Amino acid sequence: MKGELPIEKPLQELESKINELKKLSSHADIDLSVEINALEEKAKNFKRDFFQNLNSWDKVKMARHPQRPFTLDIVERIFQNFTELHGDRSFRDDPALIGGLAYFDDKKILIIGQQKGRDTKKNLARNFGMLYPEGFKKGARLMRMAEKFSLPIISFIDTPGAYPGIGAEERGQFVAIAENLMLMSQLRVPIIIVVIGEGGSGGALGISVGDRILMLEHSIYSVISPEGCASILWRDASKADQAAKALKLTAQDLIKFKIIDEIIKEPLEGAHTDYNLTARNIKESIKRHLSELEKICIEELVELRYEKYRKIGIFREGD
Amino acid sequence: MEKADTKQKKLPDDLWIKCEQCGEVIYQKDFMKELKICPKCDLHFPLNAGERIGSLLDKGTFQEMDRNIYSLDPLDFGEGYKIKLIKDRKQTGLGEAIVTGKGFLEGHKIVLGVMDFRFRGASMGSAVGEKVARAVEVALKEVLPLIIVSSSGGARMQEGMFSLMQMAKTSAALGKLNKSNIPYISVLANPTTAGVAASFASLGDVIIAEPKALIGFAGPRVIEQTIRQKLPPGFQRAEFYLEHGMVDMVVHRKELRNTLKKLLDFLSPNQIKENK
Ligand SMILES: [Zn+2]
Repeated sequence: MKGELPIEKPLQELESKINELKKLSSHADIDLSVEINALEEKAKNFKRDFFQNLNSWDKVKMARHPQRPFTLDIVERIFQNFTELHGDRSFRDDPALIGGLAYFDDKKILIIGQQKGRDTKKNLARNFGMLYPEGFKKGARLMRMAEKFSLPIISFIDTPGAYPGIGAEERGQFVAIAENLMLMSQLRVPIIIVVIGEGGSGGALGISVGDRILMLEHSIYSVISPEGCASILWRDASKADQAAKALKLTAQDLIKFKIIDEIIKEPLEGAHTDYNLTARNIKESIKRHLSELEKICIEELVELRYEKYRKIGIFREGD
Repeated sequence: MEKADTKQKKLPDDLWIKCEQCGEVIYQKDFMKELKICPKCDLHFPLNAGERIGSLLDKGTFQEMDRNIYSLDPLDFGEGYKIKLIKDRKQTGLGEAIVTGKGFLEGHKIVLGVMDFRFRGASMGSAVGEKVARAVEVALKEVLPLIIVSSSGGARMQEGMFSLMQMAKTSAALGKLNKSNIPYISVLANPTTAGVAASFASLGDVIIAEPKALIGFAGPRVIEQTIRQKLPPGFQRAEFYLEHGMVDMVVHRKELRNTLKKLLDFLSPNQIKENK
């Protein structure tokens, strides 16, 4: 499978061995429990060691894992009565961005999020989660509506990047992104960003200016894809693993840089192994941050958001 | 993050320039007087920051701000990033890829930012983002119109997420300015793409592009690789975006100063107009 983690094959082998032994012991009525326990212990340690020590490139693969929970998988688990809304009121509905109204326990909120597809057919329909300008404009339209009705905005990020194509350029991909950055910096409602998979460059940033940036433990956020970076640096996209390391794109890197606010824990073997637990962890985090943000008066909140972005950057001043 | 071809080949004695578009051989001295436009085919060659400032502002009025803001290597990126910065500083005499300051344009006191493509392809890292944000804040505080002449390959990859976040930072600063009646005019020179196009360069009250300037989010090579076909001629050029409604006007470099003056005459909060 494409995007497979290096642990998946050896782990499968180990697990099938355990199953074999289990079958054998039940059929032949021999007690193999010592051997089985030993192997199970081994598998457990193996997993723990692996998943606690993922390198940057492993994280890229985790973030892009085809079985990873996507935006709608999360949305259906943490919000109630999601009413999806469609269209940018200008050109078309971009299926790579979902959005709508929902309840978050007793609160009314607005959701937007990039949506990938689980299989080839669905991925083609969702354009692999890559937005066209109309996707960014759909987001803008919904966010203005959120402001009108004083709805906090929760934005889910999961995209390889903004779509690079003829129609997208023709309709002003760069303008659509720029306008969203300015809009979101000024919106008079709390905004929480949750990076659940791939935070791909300007395509991710275009719906992710907010008061809090939360990232799932094994998600990534990067200025350029590791493949793109490798082909610029070394004219060789296959060196993406080295580029991934150099770009410092993991949640763990970004919290050290104070670019993000919190890392949300994933199940030991990754979000794709337990959607419910992943969603519960996300929910807990959003809830806590939202109640913090709602205590701040709106003028101050917008000013704090400005300060948050204003101070990002490392440079030297003075000769 | 495309590299722009400079379309400029120096002949041995440095007195003559050969136009790569039409082959015309141009005498260097005349070339500067002509604002680096090919007299035969009208190709607009890149202007460096000093040349651009000279072409726009009243003589001797430019006062540079934040000259001493320099990039660091926050990711410890390696790959010679620090050395490249030192080399570019030396070769261009600039501190970073944008020069900002105050000056007068036909008597209008303005804040001006000019990007210089020679410096790391005028890519935006923390230093560029900071200088842009400060320029916007000065414009707001001192009630001065803001003009930024962009030309950039986008975000500075070597600064990772710090560079991506400069897009948000500069756009947020402009969001504040946008709530005032202070005009911001954005001028797009060849090329203005990716992270700079998708942030402060596209947020002008008026957006002016230079003829044939390459503009856009994705570079032509990336698009061609994605869609596996050749792009039509003129795609992503200034005239294309005028037709598609993304820029207000395409202005010949010799008309730029006058066009800016007219816009400033009209849009400036008038208490800051200096009598000449
Ligand atoms: Zn020529």
